Amino acid sequence: MVDYVRDVQPILAQNCYTCHGAHKHESQLRWDNKEIALQGGEHGPDIIPGHSADSRVIELVSGAVPDLIMPQKGDRLTAQQIGILRAWIDQGAPWPASASVKAVDPRRHWAFKAPIRPPIPSVQNKHWPRNAIDSFVLARLEAEKLRPSPEADRSTLLRRVSLDLTGLPPTIQEMEDYLADHSPDAYEKQVERLLASPHYGECWARHWLDVARYADSNGYEKDLSRSIWPYRDWVIDAYNANLPFDQFAIDQLAGDLLPDATQAQKVATGFLRNSMLNEEGGIDPEQFRNEGIIERMDVLGKAFLGLTINCCQCHDHKYDPFPQKEYYRLFAFLNNDDEPLMEVPDQAGQAKRAAIQRKIADIQDQFMAQYADLPQKMEAWERDMKAMEGTWTVLEPQTYYASVGTKFTKLDDNSLLATGSNPGVSQYTVTARTKLKGITGFRLEALADANLPYYGPGRADNGNFVLSEFSVGASPDAPNAPTNEVALQNATADFSQPGYPASAAIDGTITNKIGWAVEDLPGRRNRSRQAVFESKEAVGWEGGTVLKFTLNHSYGSEHALGRFRLSVTTAPHPLRADPLSRHAREILALAPQQRSVAQRRELFDFYRMTDPRMAETNKKIEDEQGQWPSAPTTLVLAARDYPRPTHVFIRGDWQKPGALVTPGVPSIFPALPKDAPLNRLTLARWLVDKRHPTVARVIVNRIWQAYFGRGLVATSEDFGTQGDAPTHPELLDWLACEFMDSGWDVKHMQRLIAESATYRQSSVVSPRLLERDPYDQLLARGPRVRVDAEIVRDIALSASGLLDGQIGGPPVYPPIPDGVLTLGYGSPMTWETKAGDRYRRALYTFVKRSVPYPSLQVFDAPTGESPCPRRSPSDTPLQALTTLNDPVFVEAAQALALRVWKHGGKDDRTRLRFAFELCTGRPPSPKETAVLSSLLQDESQFFSDRTARAVQVATQDVKNPPQDVNLEKVAAWTMVTRVLLNLDETITKE
Amino acid sequence: MNFAEHFLHERRKLVTRRYFFRECGVGLGALALASLLRGNEALAATAGNPLAAHAPQFPARAKRVIYLFQAGGPSQLDLFNHCPGLAKYDGQPIPKEIVKDQRYAFIKPDAALFASRFQFARHGQCGAELSEALPYLAEVVDDIAIVNSMTTPAFNHAPAQIFMNTGSTIFGRPSMGAWVSYGLGSESQNLPAFVVLSSAGGTSGGSGNWGAGFLPTVYQGVAFRRSGDPILYLANPPGITSDMQRRSLDALKDLNQDRLDVVGDPEIATRINSFEMAYRMQTTAPELMDLAKESKQTLEMYGAVPGESSFANNCLLARRLVERGVRFVQLFHEAWDHHSDVTGGIKKECGATDKPCAALIKDLKQRGMLEDTLVIWGGEFGRTPMVETNKEAGRSQGRDHHPQAFSMWLAGGGIKPGLTLGKTDEFGFNIVQDPVPVHDLHATILRLLGFDHTKLSYHFQGRDFRLTDVEGELVPKLLA
Repeated sequence: MVDYVRDVQPILAQNCYTCHGAHKHESQLRWDNKEIALQGGEHGPDIIPGHSADSRVIELVSGAVPDLIMPQKGDRLTAQQIGILRAWIDQGAPWPASASVKAVDPRRHWAFKAPIRPPIPSVQNKHWPRNAIDSFVLARLEAEKLRPSPEADRSTLLRRVSLDLTGLPPTIQEMEDYLADHSPDAYEKQVERLLASPHYGECWARHWLDVARYADSNGYEKDLSRSIWPYRDWVIDAYNANLPFDQFAIDQLAGDLLPDATQAQKVATGFLRNSMLNEEGGIDPEQFRNEGIIERMDVLGKAFLGLTINCCQCHDHKYDPFPQKEYYRLFAFLNNDDEPLMEVPDQAGQAKRAAIQRKIADIQDQFMAQYADLPQKMEAWERDMKAMEGTWTVLEPQTYYASVGTKFTKLDDNSLLATGSNPGVSQYTVTARTKLKGITGFRLEALADANLPYYGPGRADNGNFVLSEFSVGASPDAPNAPTNEVALQNATADFSQPGYPASAAIDGTITNKIGWAVEDLPGRRNRSRQAVFESKEAVGWEGGTVLKFTLNHSYGSEHALGRFRLSVTTAPHPLRADPLSRHAREILALAPQQRSVAQRRELFDFYRMTDPRMAETNKKIEDEQGQWPSAPTTLVLAARDYPRPTHVFIRGDWQKPGALVTPGVPSIFPALPKDAPLNRLTLARWLVDKRHPTVARVIVNRIWQAYFGRGLVATSEDFGTQGDAPTHPELLDWLACEFMDSGWDVKHMQRLIAESATYRQSSVVSPRLLERDPYDQLLARGPRVRVDAEIVRDIALSASGLLDGQIGGPPVYPPIPDGVLTLGYGSPMTWETKAGDRYRRALYTFVKRSVPYPSLQVFDAPTGESPCPRRSPSDTPLQALTTLNDPVFVEAAQALALRVWKHGGKDDRTRLRFAFELCTGRPPSPKETAVLSSLLQDESQFFSDRTARAVQVATQDVKNPPQDVNLEKVAAWTMVTRVLLNLDETITKE
Repeated sequence: MNFAEHFLHERRKLVTRRYFFRECGVGLGALALASLLRGNEALAATAGNPLAAHAPQFPARAKRVIYLFQAGGPSQLDLFNHCPGLAKYDGQPIPKEIVKDQRYAFIKPDAALFASRFQFARHGQCGAELSEALPYLAEVVDDIAIVNSMTTPAFNHAPAQIFMNTGSTIFGRPSMGAWVSYGLGSESQNLPAFVVLSSAGGTSGGSGNWGAGFLPTVYQGVAFRRSGDPILYLANPPGITSDMQRRSLDALKDLNQDRLDVVGDPEIATRINSFEMAYRMQTTAPELMDLAKESKQTLEMYGAVPGESSFANNCLLARRLVERGVRFVQLFHEAWDHHSDVTGGIKKECGATDKPCAALIKDLKQRGMLEDTLVIWGGEFGRTPMVETNKEAGRSQGRDHHPQAFSMWLAGGGIKPGLTLGKTDEFGFNIVQDPVPVHDLHATILRLLGFDHTKLSYHFQGRDFRLTDVEGELVPKLLA
């Protein structure tokens, strides 16, 4: 008798499970599950019990079908193995149920069902629970026959909750106030104080920025700096204002699409813009645009869904119920945006800008009222303008390339958008065919576009360009026809930057650094402009003409055109660039009485340049405009008018587009509302719909993780079938429901957790409990975890009194060791430590993706290269070297020593206590006092006859040491405070 | 679960918590931690220290790796892959059927073929062909295996470097050195397991080239600095001597130990150990960096000059590092991106690197270390058979990036010496025999180190990740 377990299963396991097992179910077939195996996969039954000769499986393993021999990978089955299979089938294929793996339907996985608020369990110990959290935790402990730990002592608790809510240790005053407050709600008052602190937003923003992969540089080889810190500040503000989480999510995913979107809501869309940007010379921009979207999908999955949907870029998810097609339907939501850089004036700046606009309008209105003949004058001017519009034929570019790296995207209006590599100097070559004869001139439109710096129309960092030389070659449209240079004359432009007239683009030289450029006064830059060039002689052959345009940009510093379009005309000379913008032309087309006040002013703005009586007024207006305040910028999203088509990428390869897909959400989740527009806003609202099963759970779990060092679901980034099961599923669901029912009130959740008895437990662990629950999964004790990288630094600065508590603003550049920046490609970025940069919280340190800041990286801060929902904490000798020897920490030790010496009390014992409390939040034990006193004594003795060394140890500035102190003493104290700042406890939340 | 999986699984669990045992001189006494490991006594000895040395899955041929990463993409056509077709059709456009639809960044696909300006000759017993740009390597050619059929999917520097080093073009995956440190730990108690040295420019892939990705940070490459202290913050602050540092550390240890006794968190023991190892590193590293201790003959052989920062010095340092138990040393020499004047560029960079590379092989061999030290030489991709010329960009006689076929060499550690593997078409454009995709190279390197590449994995975000992602086949022809 063949025995299934002994004889058959090993053959199947070795040869078949790889493709037809728990992980892969090719052809919907599994050989490890009895039911499925006997029933067969999508090709029907493979086994006919009792009839091995008719069983498909035997046919396939024996090689009877030459194109389809199983197994397809690996060795063929031996004759003996096939014999065993046949014998087993002929016996009737007996298969004990115990030898069958359970096939779980991933669609029924717990995380894919919306949470339902569970009843609060009853517990035996009625005194312990302070809120619902505790009942869930205690119920589990009681079932496990464990008891909760006692409450942590008050100083430990205040330090713990201060670090958790603000990322800063309590000051001595705060600690004293708390210890002196014996009211029953003394602790709750502290929680309220901390939640109201502006540092709360900083601390919790950092958690979110990990997931949002925030960085101040673009990544990849060039890794140039970007300005997106207003997004970082938006996150801080959102936490401080306790923006409900649903709104927090909607603003970040689709703030720009909200009705009457505010500046702040647009800034929030920087969330998606945090993806990396490759600017290496030889890239295909479309490849990296797609990689950017793929990365945004990853962040959507990790930040909100708690799912590894990025697996589906290449294939159906191996474990979770997400077909590849559904991934690309989700992708389609994110694939329709332009990527502008937006100016974000602060409130004062906004007010100033509005005032200037008002003032200019007033000046114009005054002038308009002043002259009675203005209507007639303007009427005549309008007639002239209408006659001047000209007839232009837009050329469709046939070939287009740049001298170095840059790639072009041809847009629907036949303009070309330069993308990818942005070299310092560049030459574009464009050819086009035309049937026109008698061509008298050429028009170059430099067009504003959302994807250019400040909307362009150039690619320089201010959106300008310098067209050093514009030349045209023409040839008959015939093979091998010679190209003739077309002589150009009479260059005009609707606007030229002073000193950079259009005529400079046909002056025959590229070496004089002069060409046509368009930088106007601030607030009036970045508009579409045009230049027109006459051809001296008419161009065009019977049978068609090929025109070859050469646009040279030799000015340098990336002053090349960003988006442009070429046209020709056959109108008689003289030709002139249309002084009116496209928008002004639209107004001109309206009957005067139909025009609004704003439209009249806009038109008048063009007219006034032509009326000599306006000269003085024009100057006034220019002066006003010159006052326009500049503003910081940030990266945002702007939906395109016409969505891009999205295809499934076959095996994830953007160069292999498969089926076209429409935007849609995974079928495992609730459907989108009917008739909702298929845009990011709908997607965002869908995510925070209460029926959504994962989002609320994912968010409360990450909040929990920040307090306890691990989430209720330890794999906080993956709630799918491969993630860890929740340790307290009912608690997780209760928290998720409470979160949603509270109106997604984040501070409410903070209160619940911070005020729970669970959180207040002491973290002291007995050997028995450690053995029983090494990871603290049962929550029979409080959390004890090393603080995050940023807080390691913030604690040192705070204890020493150096910390600069200013909130927000551009990133700062605290000192960085020599040689670190040179590890990145190219010439190292400028890293200038300005006054005020040194002691800011670590959160504000410039995040350069390719070269992380050493003392943050060494303590496991993420680099912003991918979303990080969970840091992986480590403990290494390099961390020890950092806190011992990094000048920042040394300076903190010195400052702390000075502080202790000056303000720590009258005797060493009091000073010691002061210093110890600043670092750990508690007084030292007698034993600790003994160790430290002995160290202090040794060091005092050591320095007593070594003044020079004492100065070196005690101060940064050996030439100007502090005058009013005993430097030998301060040096001895520096040795002590350095030890204190390096204590495990100092950088640990106990 | 087989033994190896079981072993790794257990170790992973332990590494996560980094329980530390008494070998570091820190007692967990009362905590009776060993009982946590009941049934795992074999692991208990090493489990606490994530960098403790441990055996791989199979007997290893290589115990350590020196990877000479030639960043920028050296021209295989001017160094290793002798393509007579290039000379024959020099200056003529490359046939369309060869190029197919490949697009280039800086050149047009019909650009002219560009013959190497270097002469090739056969060397050694094995008769391997090398260009005259590599006279020193020619002396050790019988000890190395040349692969002329490397291929990568990545065309641009940063993604291609990241791919070569992490097996993925997506940033955030662990680098090869991190995987190896994770798999094997370190033989050194005083130095990091994975050391990175650099010469010439900074790398396109940045620190992602030696990152730990989602592995614990302890496995990340430690980039030594080119001047001053090799390791950041190695030196004591001004005025603090080694004795003073020791006094501080003794007090620190007492205080931390005291806290450990009170709160019972074994993480404190790990931190105590980190400080002790940091102290040992402070004493070891300066001695390590002192090349003046080497004989004149050795210095001359490498072309190393004490006190300088150079590829030659780094090669010598690499030997000193592996001698001291460092598991994985990676040198980055970012200098080979020859879009213009490839001939001049090759001459210059070979002038800086050829002699020390050969010296490293000789030196390891004479010390009996070559046999279990794997040396790898290569960049992220190769360069085109076609010329890159661009007047506007001031480029002429250069070569663009070429991912389809490029060359690397390996030596020692179980590599078959004297081998030349793989063939391309007569232009060097496509591979016609024995292609070696990057994942296959990785699989082979891991096998030499004693691992089945499909089993050296780390569970993260829902699945087991590995250096070879979902690919990788062993290249048996490379094995001795």
